[in-house]
Amino acid sequence: MNELQFNALLPYTLLATASIVVILLIAFRSTHTLIQVVGFLLMCSVIFALVKVRPLLPVTVPPLFQIDGFALLFTGLIICGVAIVGLFSYIYFEEREENPKEYYILLFLSTLGSALLAISNHFVSFFIGLEILSISLYALIGYLRNRNNAVEAGMKYLVLAAMSSAFLLFGMALIYMDTGSMAFQGIADKLNQAHGTSLMFTVGIGIMVVAIGFKLALVPFHLWAADVYQGAPVPVTAFIATVSKIGVFAVLFRFGLAVNLQNYPLVINIFATIAVASMIIGNILALRQSNIKRLLAYSSIAHLGYLIVAFLPGNMAGVEASVFYLLAYSITLLSAFGIITMLSTRSKDAEDIDVYKGLFWKHPLLALVFTVALLSLAGIPLTAGFIGKFYILGAGLQQHLYFPVLVLVLTSVIGLYYYLRVISAMFSAPLPVALREKTTSPLFYNSTYIALVVLAIILVGLGIFPGIVVEDIRTLLTVR
Amino acid sequence: MILVTIITILMVAGLIAWLVSRWNVGLAKWIALVAMVIDFLIVCSLWSQYGVGKITGTGSSTWFIDYKTKWIPDFGIGFHLAMDGLSLVLLMLTFFLGILSVLCSWREITDRVGFYFFNLLWTIAGISGVFVAMDLFLFYFFWEVMLIPMFFLIGIWGGERRRYASYKFFIFTQAGGLLMLLSILSLYIIHGQQTGHYSYDYFNLAETRLEPTTAKWIMMGFLIAFAVKLPMVPFHNWLPDAHGEAPTAGSLILAGLLLKTGAYGILRFVLPLFPNAAAEIAWWAILFGVIGIIYGAMLAFAQTDLKRLIAYTSVSHMGFILVGIFSFREIAMQGVVMQMLTHGISTGALFVLAGMIKERLHTRDIDQMGGLWTSMPAMGGAALVFTMASLGLPALGNFIAEFLTLLGAFPAAPKLTILATLGLVFSALYSLRMFQKVFLGNRLTNTKTMDMSPREILIMASLTIAIVLLGLYPQPVINMVKTVANDLAVSHGV
Repeated sequence: MNELQFNALLPYTLLATASIVVILLIAFRSTHTLIQVVGFLLMCSVIFALVKVRPLLPVTVPPLFQIDGFALLFTGLIICGVAIVGLFSYIYFEEREENPKEYYILLFLSTLGSALLAISNHFVSFFIGLEILSISLYALIGYLRNRNNAVEAGMKYLVLAAMSSAFLLFGMALIYMDTGSMAFQGIADKLNQAHGTSLMFTVGIGIMVVAIGFKLALVPFHLWAADVYQGAPVPVTAFIATVSKIGVFAVLFRFGLAVNLQNYPLVINIFATIAVASMIIGNILALRQSNIKRLLAYSSIAHLGYLIVAFLPGNMAGVEASVFYLLAYSITLLSAFGIITMLSTRSKDAEDIDVYKGLFWKHPLLALVFTVALLSLAGIPLTAGFIGKFYILGAGLQQHLYFPVLVLVLTSVIGLYYYLRVISAMFSAPLPVALREKTTSPLFYNSTYIALVVLAIILVGLGIFPGIVVEDIRTLLTVR
Repeated sequence: MILVTIITILMVAGLIAWLVSRWNVGLAKWIALVAMVIDFLIVCSLWSQYGVGKITGTGSSTWFIDYKTKWIPDFGIGFHLAMDGLSLVLLMLTFFLGILSVLCSWREITDRVGFYFFNLLWTIAGISGVFVAMDLFLFYFFWEVMLIPMFFLIGIWGGERRRYASYKFFIFTQAGGLLMLLSILSLYIIHGQQTGHYSYDYFNLAETRLEPTTAKWIMMGFLIAFAVKLPMVPFHNWLPDAHGEAPTAGSLILAGLLLKTGAYGILRFVLPLFPNAAAEIAWWAILFGVIGIIYGAMLAFAQTDLKRLIAYTSVSHMGFILVGIFSFREIAMQGVVMQMLTHGISTGALFVLAGMIKERLHTRDIDQMGGLWTSMPAMGGAALVFTMASLGLPALGNFIAEFLTLLGAFPAAPKLTILATLGLVFSALYSLRMFQKVFLGNRLTNTKTMDMSPREILIMASLTIAIVLLGLYPQPVINMVKTVANDLAVSHGV
């Protein structure tokens, strides 16, 4: 490894250090506040490192990693996401029964896993990243181990994730047997020489789809989603919904682009079917939900379906669309889960829709933020979610993917119904509801509040002037 | 620039009204009113500037104002507003009804006043944006901006079944809107691939060459969106619920303005962008228009809920618009524009009356009304005027509109037009039944009812003057839209 490669890996080394720093801090009996602040500063330094690294790119670290503009974008998203999740975690865990400190070790570890996925261009790094991500997630999901839901969710995730990892390994093995390479580029070269697909390759991809579908909670591998979303602590749910999916999606995209998956009609058809099924089933299952966390789980199934539509074209327009969509989607979900965190009480998460009745008349600002977030999920103009959807529709239509695009449009109409239900609950006549009466730490409560407002402003800002980031996304994607 | 100002005034005033209402509710109302009046005056001055006798020639000079700047250059999206006669006429209607909608909410809305006026002003801002946007992305943007506040207006301040009504309204229009978005995107991509220049600009997209089948599919996306808004049978289902449950000002805006955006969309986008495809489906569109006229009238006759009754008359009247537009005759187009104005005024007035009655009797059920004339002669008189307008009595605006429409449509589709004429007979049936049940006959309630207050008299008087004026001297409007109507007819070779 030469100096250039070492420098280029700096953000990732910093990220790995973060967990160790937290362990040391715990050893020296630091307070929760200190750990939180240091963690936040570390994430800021990672972002700073990403900015510093940018002129060096693209850098390949053979054989495992490739750091290019694409990786930078996804890593940036992941780190920003985790910084916000970390902020939410303080007020959530401060008043829970469990010691909150070890939580941060796990959080940063799984972030590392997710970030490694964004730069991996080899099956080995792919698998290692995924495992670092999942293993920390098992513990994170079951972190409040005295609560039944949490343990159930953790177990469910553990069993299913372990099985999907097995599938992934099997798929990789088959592809390796067929092509004799585990590097994405090597596989692509072999396939180009071979002209046409072998059965083994297709079967291998098909089996890998199971694992990826599981991680992204795509239909028909979505069965864990609602229970895990419901059982996990709210910040962890936010983490699963955003950071972990961004990482997996990044590696999926990198693999797809490297081996030109769109040249294999069978594979693309499989993905198209999964996308269509996710959009339809996710939206339909969300219709009757009155539990907000479950509702967001089903809606995120649908949203990942939309994202797969952007994956289908397999070109740069699709990448652009999906990066923008992921950006909008993460901001939206983070603000939604932020609201849930703010409204959760010590004993119970704010997951019942009744908690939100009349919210607008009591906490107008929070209700507005949530409204903006829900409208963005629904893809209504003036919000980033609309531009994202619009972008995907454009990318799909350009490649004449009429059927998935039409399904996308029709299912988003179905989706409107449940988003509107939450919104109209917030604007309905108020109920006497026990809200968070006193806060244990006004500083973090207020900074979460401010963060939420800023997120909402960004959502609207991106909805009206998407140009501010589109240009940057485009230039970054050319660095490869 | 003046067009941007018009929209900005509304949006800013909406925000200020919301903020101010924390401290002073009365001030919020005044801010809303002043914003509407300022915009109305601006549009009036525009009218006098570009009005009668000042339009010469055709082609590019049909556009009085053209304002263009960059918005999202990466996607080829511009901020392009332009105004021709059609837009000007509709803007005039928008702000006229806008002032009235603020006035008629003056007493009706008592809680969350600031937020109410915020939504009201933003809906109107969205509507005025729709009437002047010449970039298809921007158009879609405004199309949605008028939708969300309206959803809140119905959902928060509506009647008993407001939640159901607001969902239905939103989902119906949004479904149409998304199909339109798909069409806009397809058109954008096809145009980009043909010319290498990606743009959402109306004037650029109008030059796109389309295969007949492609054109047909793309047009259907637009048409469905507009048909839902118009509404055309069988997409009219949301309308009675939304109109019935909305607060008075909401019904006024829905009937007076939102439905017109559908008609405007067909005139502005469907016909010029897809002339051949539109001509192909013309017969069907007229057929559905006629079905709407008759079916709407029949349903109106059967209603017992006053607001739903009026809502169904809208379905019937909007049928004439469809018949007029798809006959592609200049005279019918003029009739259509007249119909848009007069229906906005007359139906809007009926909704305001229904609101006033509901404020006094706390019911919308016409079986529980009756004999109201004795206690409220002034309101009865006003109601009589608009009932007559609705059934198309000569000397009132609606007569001119429907007469011109039918006159123009007859050569294009004689048999269907004859059927459409039946609508005039039916309208007499339901209108007279409504008036008879509410104002004549025996008095059924003992509730003490006050006749109209000065504020209400002001509202009804201005509406009455407008409808009579349009009935007696429609020429300024017809002149104003002459070139537009002519262009539309000419482009279809008639």
